[in-house]
Amino acid sequence: MTQQKPTIGVLALQGAVELHRPHVEACGAEFRTVKTPAQFEAVDGFILPGGESTTMLKLIERFDLWDVLAEQFAKKPVWGICAGSILMAEKVENPSQKSFGLLPITVQRNGYGRQIDSHHTLIERYEVSLIRAPVITAVDDSAEVLARHEDTPVWVKRGPYMASTFHPELTQDFPSPMHRAFVDLVAESA
Amino acid sequence: MSNKTGSPNVINIKTGLAEMLKGGVIMDVVTAEQAKVAEDAGAVAVMALERVPSDIRKAGGVARMSPPEVIEQVMAAVSIPVMAKCRIGHFAEAQILEAMGVDFIDESEVLTPADEEYHINKHDFKVPFVCGAKDLGEACRRIGEGAALMRTKGEPGTGNIVEAVRHMRKINAQISRVTHMDESELMGYARDLGAPYEILKMVRAQGRLPVPNFAAGGVATPADAALCMQLGAETVFVGSGIFKSDNPEKFARAIVKATAHFDDPAIVLEASKELEGVAMRGTEISEIEEPMKMANRGW
Repeated sequence: MTQQKPTIGVLALQGAVELHRPHVEACGAEFRTVKTPAQFEAVDGFILPGGESTTMLKLIERFDLWDVLAEQFAKKPVWGICAGSILMAEKVENPSQKSFGLLPITVQRNGYGRQIDSHHTLIERYEVSLIRAPVITAVDDSAEVLARHEDTPVWVKRGPYMASTFHPELTQDFPSPMHRAFVDLVAESA
Repeated sequence: MSNKTGSPNVINIKTGLAEMLKGGVIMDVVTAEQAKVAEDAGAVAVMALERVPSDIRKAGGVARMSPPEVIEQVMAAVSIPVMAKCRIGHFAEAQILEAMGVDFIDESEVLTPADEEYHINKHDFKVPFVCGAKDLGEACRRIGEGAALMRTKGEPGTGNIVEAVRHMRKINAQISRVTHMDESELMGYARDLGAPYEILKMVRAQGRLPVPNFAAGGVATPADAALCMQLGAETVFVGSGIFKSDNPEKFARAIVKATAHFDDPAIVLEASKELEGVAMRGTEISEIEEPMKMANRGW
């Protein structure tokens, strides 16, 4: 039986967008970059990419996309990576900023320090990068912690929403287990 | 904390940060207040300086790394990455910047070169470096030395985009040539360009530089930013263009907006109408005497 190919939209206002393409395509899904309400409507799930969360936040507000995105996120799976995980959190610290509150987590921005503290690690035997990454300092019991690094949760999921503070998309071994997990999540929800 | 370099199939952690800055605007700032204005406007990073390039031009004399206090105040004021410049070849300035914990070092022709023979061996540092280039050979040499990010040199402090366009087009044309070249011609072309052969091989395989390529030097308006992005730049640096304009807040916001939607003229138009002021006056390149051209510094 053939299932319809899910379409994954990467929010392309700013950040590491194109690196997701080979991962998404290796999962048999369609990759699209999305910036406008019409483009949001046409995808089955969203990746909020790594980049600068303050920049994305400002662009979302300046282009009046907050309500449209919130409405889209209410009905489709979302995966936030690094900056994207900050946008998904219920609470953001250092400094505090607005967020969509899709996951019951608290994140501290730049929790590991500055760029000099950026590093690689293995998650599910897959090499990933933590780049000026946030730290998840609290997770509600209703969410599932899929992976930890140095005793801190780095990959969290609840229902159709998942967040990772690390970047699997910088690894050129396609697809990453995280892209596989997200595409499966989108396929199940469709 | 493990800080080992990743395996060969993982993008280097230094270039990884450059990847995160794509689609954004990096702004020159000289005070903590300006850094806040830049962050509030949506800058992806700021470059902490003692003077913006147009003032460096006016002041003359030797332009050095900014005093650490200036950079520290900027680092304390914003949560986005902070870059700072050191002189070409001045690895001791770079060591100071690394010790301060800046997120990116620009080995920059805007400052007076400290070494006319050699650039910094950037592999020696944990902090990533960005360097300027006028052509593919220069870009490959800097990448060979360990630069994690390239940018056009342009002609800084002029508010004149012509040199950045020249450099971007030249690099694009040379990449296109390498991509379509028979492999047996590659060593000869590497010799002609003065480019490391292994780096040129990567350019040929990927059809692009092996690190991100940004635009810099002369960006003054939203349209300039849109032009650079459409020519293939992945982010723009704006030096004097913002804080030497009539209305820095409006200019900063408008350039961020135009960069995010560089391929949508309706939005670039909207951004252009929001400036409420005039751009920096600008300088015609032929009015600059040859020894004063910053793009000629370094090799």
